[in-house]
Amino acid sequence: MSHWIIAPVILPALLAPLIGFVMRHDKVLSRSASVAGCVALVVIALGLLNMAADGTVHVYRLGDWPAPFGIVLVLDRLSALMVLLTSVLALIVLLHVIGTDWDQRGRHFHALYQFQLMGICGAFLTGDAFNLFVFFEVLLIASYGLMIHGGGQARLRAGLQYVVMNLGGSTLFLFALGTLYAATGTLNIADLAVKVREIPLEDAAILRVAAILLLVVFAIKAALFPVQFWLPGTYANAPAPVAALFAIMTKVGAYAILRFYTVIFGPDVPAIGDMPELWIKIGALITIAVGAFGVLGARRLMPLIAFSVVGSMGTLLLAIAVFTPQSVTAALYYLLHSTFAAAALFLIGDLVTTRRGASADSLLPAPPIANNGLLAAAFFIAAIGMAGMPPISGFLGKLLILDAFQGQAHQAIAWAAILVTSLMVIVGFARAGSLIFWKAEGVVAVDGHGALTETPAPVPVAGPSQPNVGIAFVAIGACLSMLFLLSIFAGPVTSYLTATSAELFDPAAYVDAVLSGGN
Amino acid sequence: MNNASLLPIMALLPFLGALVPGLMIRAGRTACATFTAVPTILALVMLGLCAPDVFRGEVLQIEFEWLPALGLSVSFFLDGLGLLFAGMILFVGLLITLYARFYLSGDDPAGQFFTYLLLFQGAMLGIVLSNNILLLLIFWELTSLSSFLLIGYWTHLPEGRQGARMALTVTGMGGLSMIAGMLILGNIAGSYELTDILAAGDAIKSSDYYLPALLLILGGAFTKSAQFPFHFWLPHAMAAPTPVSAYLHSATMVKAGVFLMARMWPALAGTDAWFYAVGTVGLITMVLGALIALFKDDLKALLAFSTVSHLGLLTMMLGFGTEAAAIGAVFHIINHLTFKAALFMTAGIVDHEAHTRDIKRLGGLRHLMPITFVIAVIAGLSMAGIPLFNGFLSKELMLEEAAHTDWRGSHYAVPILATLGALLSVAYSFRFISHTFFGPVRDDYPAKPHDPNFGMWAAPGLLVVLVLLIGIFPQATVGPLVELAATAVVGHELHHWHDLKIWHGVTPALIMSAIAVLGGLILLALHRPLERLWNAVPRPEAKVIFDHVVGWAVAGSDWIAHKTHNGAISRYLAIFVVSTLALGAIAASGGGLAPATRALLPVPPLAWIGFLLLVVAAIAVVLLHRERFLSLILISIVGLGVSGGFVYLSAPDLALTQISVETVTIMLMLLALHFLPKSTPAESGIFRRVRDGAIALGVGGAVASLTFAFLLRDFSSISEFHLTQSKVGGGGTNVVNVILVDFRGYDTFGEIIVLGIAGLIIYALMHALLDGPAARRLRNWEFTQERSRDRHPMLMVIATRVMLPMTAMVGVYIFLRGHNEPGGGFVAGLIIAIALLMQYMASGFGWAQERQRIEYHAMIGWGVAIAGLTGTAAWLFGKPFLTSSFGYFHIPPIEEFELATAMAFDLGVFLTVLGAVMLMLYSLSRIARYAGETVNTAAMDYDPSQGIRETTEEER
Repeated sequence: MSHWIIAPVILPALLAPLIGFVMRHDKVLSRSASVAGCVALVVIALGLLNMAADGTVHVYRLGDWPAPFGIVLVLDRLSALMVLLTSVLALIVLLHVIGTDWDQRGRHFHALYQFQLMGICGAFLTGDAFNLFVFFEVLLIASYGLMIHGGGQARLRAGLQYVVMNLGGSTLFLFALGTLYAATGTLNIADLAVKVREIPLEDAAILRVAAILLLVVFAIKAALFPVQFWLPGTYANAPAPVAALFAIMTKVGAYAILRFYTVIFGPDVPAIGDMPELWIKIGALITIAVGAFGVLGARRLMPLIAFSVVGSMGTLLLAIAVFTPQSVTAALYYLLHSTFAAAALFLIGDLVTTRRGASADSLLPAPPIANNGLLAAAFFIAAIGMAGMPPISGFLGKLLILDAFQGQAHQAIAWAAILVTSLMVIVGFARAGSLIFWKAEGVVAVDGHGALTETPAPVPVAGPSQPNVGIAFVAIGACLSMLFLLSIFAGPVTSYLTATSAELFDPAAYVDAVLSGGN
Repeated sequence: MNNASLLPIMALLPFLGALVPGLMIRAGRTACATFTAVPTILALVMLGLCAPDVFRGEVLQIEFEWLPALGLSVSFFLDGLGLLFAGMILFVGLLITLYARFYLSGDDPAGQFFTYLLLFQGAMLGIVLSNNILLLLIFWELTSLSSFLLIGYWTHLPEGRQGARMALTVTGMGGLSMIAGMLILGNIAGSYELTDILAAGDAIKSSDYYLPALLLILGGAFTKSAQFPFHFWLPHAMAAPTPVSAYLHSATMVKAGVFLMARMWPALAGTDAWFYAVGTVGLITMVLGALIALFKDDLKALLAFSTVSHLGLLTMMLGFGTEAAAIGAVFHIINHLTFKAALFMTAGIVDHEAHTRDIKRLGGLRHLMPITFVIAVIAGLSMAGIPLFNGFLSKELMLEEAAHTDWRGSHYAVPILATLGALLSVAYSFRFISHTFFGPVRDDYPAKPHDPNFGMWAAPGLLVVLVLLIGIFPQATVGPLVELAATAVVGHELHHWHDLKIWHGVTPALIMSAIAVLGGLILLALHRPLERLWNAVPRPEAKVIFDHVVGWAVAGSDWIAHKTHNGAISRYLAIFVVSTLALGAIAASGGGLAPATRALLPVPPLAWIGFLLLVVAAIAVVLLHRERFLSLILISIVGLGVSGGFVYLSAPDLALTQISVETVTIMLMLLALHFLPKSTPAESGIFRRVRDGAIALGVGGAVASLTFAFLLRDFSSISEFHLTQSKVGGGGTNVVNVILVDFRGYDTFGEIIVLGIAGLIIYALMHALLDGPAARRLRNWEFTQERSRDRHPMLMVIATRVMLPMTAMVGVYIFLRGHNEPGGGFVAGLIIAIALLMQYMASGFGWAQERQRIEYHAMIGWGVAIAGLTGTAAWLFGKPFLTSSFGYFHIPPIEEFELATAMAFDLGVFLTVLGAVMLMLYSLSRIARYAGETVNTAAMDYDPSQGIRETTEEER
């Protein structure tokens, strides 16, 4: 048993109090510690991925109690991948935060950031449903703090929505777990996988309720219709780098759905059948549409990006909902892609917004900004990534998903939804980009009647004073490179993902590893 | 070395080359253009190396794996068709680079231009070389994107931006449709490799999915090649600089659709569906485009619609599906390229020199711009289809094919319309020449026109030389290439190949041609009256329609998205709750319920009383919730009721925890209420209240029945293990505590962190609030309510002071006994917190704070750290995180006692809980001080030991 499995939880959990209570008065010190923590997390995650890549399921028994009586952590390909994704994203976003001095706009940023990472990693690694609840709480409460970091009226109002909605979700989570325990007498995921398959449909009413309640809980996290309403306001008003980090938070919901509805409530479970598949599909289709409407109709850049995240979550869950190994592979690839694409957009949006001064992120003409060309290029790449245009990974992701639907139920409607909304997203992003980056070239001033005077040779306004903003550009560059890397190494990546989804659909190895006394 | 390995390098070269111009522009435009030409020339040389193999009939192929899970590979091949198109792309690319060097002004960011140009070139080259249709799709979309950048190149021009978006929207739409089509096609053929698909033509055409695949793919081809009704984007793309128009929007990109139809010919062509879809659309486009072109005054618009018309011609030819038509199409692709690119460049020269391209403001340029004039005339005559110019030859082939094409039984429809198209084409070609160059020299040109320098007319000059050479010696110049490419199109040896000739004798085509020329001249003569007529007739304006459609879509989307996401949290929750309820009901109804195995227990009167108390308090909260103070008290009754329930049901640990949590929460909320309005305004109407009431009752009923359902059924659970292992494995007889600190200590670790974070957030939030508008409101806070005059009554101070050590003792006791009896760190932390809270309430924050030596932040930090480090200590013994150990010690004179590592963990819990609660209190008091609350320094209002009645309060 390797103690490294728990390192992604313990490292930030111990680092956070250290930063929060010992280093909080010094900027450089807390930043250094936070970066060091993130770098270490990346290294650990790489090591874990390497451990998991051979297909061995590693189990870590907390307190040395045997499963299902104690809590276990389980490292398999999927959890290793998600932890790696989290750590890489966290490092990139942290660099941006440092480059833009976001951490100085409120208290305890780095401590909350580390706690946030602890919560996310814990949720990915746990092999216990109740422990998942606990880590949901950790990541949620940390995210409440990050969400309202820096304050401001709009942000606090949006933050309240976020908190209220998630408190509702947490309450339901408890109900669902109670119901699940009443139906099966256990909350260990592997044990549940066994027990659930023993319950006949005639006795399954309680179990089915538990399954659907859990689905709603995870749907809130994953922003699936009809519980997606919180996302646009939250992401658009959160500090932009936090919104970028939140790109992984929605994926926690997607991960939980993936884990629970394959290993526990898989398509082969007689008591459940295709119930999750049906409802996720319906929700996902509407979610995709909601996202596309929001992108096309956006009046401000940040909500536009936020709605594009909603749309991408719809696409992701639509792919998951097919519940075949092929579709899950596609979904996982798209998951990796959409995380970085969303993060890149938020980071770019942050620089654009701060540079536009009073115009902020409104989609109205304003004078050109500093680094207009560079930011325009970055926005262009990130936007085609999010819209699913080639050559970067979004296109491959969408192709994989469309391909996974070939010959499956609801192929036509799924294809139509994905393709039509792609067009809406393309148009929405093209409008926003041309307005912010191109139209600005013609704007110098607005006369009394609001008409624009156009001139071909404008003078860019100076950006705000951000001495280290170069680091932020490095962060954006890193985020975009991830999209290119995902695209170039699509072959090796998907072969890992294929193995991952195979593992999910044949949970025997998982169950054996957890329930047997072995390592 | 195998020449096939050159293919990926060719495709990659422009992309690599695209990195250079952005930097080379620093060395000037000439250097920049030269370095843009380098990758093009290199690729052209490589193509030349490959050409002999292709002419020998070989198909060069190379493949690398990329995404095998999808069937996407980096797979290129070069056959006759690919060779033709690649040659055209590179050759024209070279000419355009030269032309653009002189066309762009010093103010234009030329570096960007050449970068975009090379990106486009690479994408286009990729399309024609791809042997994998998914790879082809990637390059296809890349052409849309690079075209978007090029059309919008002059970002300050609204037409440029709008044209760019329109082009992206229309071609993007087509691209998406093509994605679907290609995926279906690949699925039918069982491979995404083009060579496999082309070989599976028969299987494809007989498949049920043939028609959807065909239509979806044609959607891509038609939008790209500006076929009716998607033709409207092309004229608006003319806002791009003229080199772009010449390159993308006449010579190459718009031909991508035609290329695709030609490429897919063996797999898709030859069916009725193909004929009617492709042939008809092509025919309509040809005639319509030519008609509109005749009435356009902008030279580039005229050429744009002429391009639409010629693309229609090509599409129609491919639609005919015959071998001869394929030959004609290939030949016309070459011819159209030569004359149309030359014409665009000519229009650009006129625009560049005369500063206008409005045909109405031009005329008489033949004397002022003789070289340009010659070029324009040669190219224009070719476009009109006059003998000895290459346009004539391919148009003859078209008319010949049209002459014997049957359209739904009609022998005349196609030939007549084709002649009409040719006729209109003659008319606008002559109009282009005569209205621009003939007529009297004017004196009102915006600028004095003159011939440009050599660099600018060299490219069109070379092209018209080709026009003549091909026109006169067709077989010698391009014959073999046409044969080769046409072979590649039809996918087998040509059965009816005749060498290209100028003279075929008097054929129907020649007669149709003659009619076209004569008719065209008549039309031109009648142009003025016709133009008046044309302007009088109302026509749908595509841009207006498009803008409206997009406008509606945007407004509608805006409406939908923002109406539903307007921050109405109560609606969000209502939707969430109702849908959860509905889903739960549906899920439950899908499965059966096992028979109940437990009997209901008798309910003693005490339980009834407790139950009634709960219900009454809960109802009272609902009724009185606007009185916030009152409802807080009522909530605490509910809390106590629940605690009582725990006691009744023999769960002392839960009861203890519940009571302490309840007490602390209510105390903190009471303090917070101080800064909030004391009553809630009535905001929701009767309908809302009834609706929400119904939802609440529904959910309450559902949760109750669910609980009832599982309480009536036995189930086996893992708790058996916990009961038996608590003492022997965990060292404690209180199984609840052992679960908390040992079996599931990891959960507790997480939960104390939650509590610690909550403390931090409240602290951070307090700071954020005190920076915002809330701070201003607080500063102006009026404590209007009637207040007690003794804020710190002596009685309360004395009482709490006496209780402090006692409570602390209870806390320690509860902590220590936790492992074996009800209690533990969590409860102990709360109890100590209550003891301290009471001091603060009695004597005020200022007084208490002075006597507080440990920082709360640190207390939380230590708590988490102690708990965490206790857990990690197990690593030293090779055990997993949080593995506990315990032992029994005997140190006289004390009785034997037990020490467990779990207690250290519990200490961490204790500290975190205490720190978090106190930090919350501290934050509240900060707010209080901000609101102008006075700070007392004495313990109580009246301190008898001082002997004088005095209240020491000082403003802070």
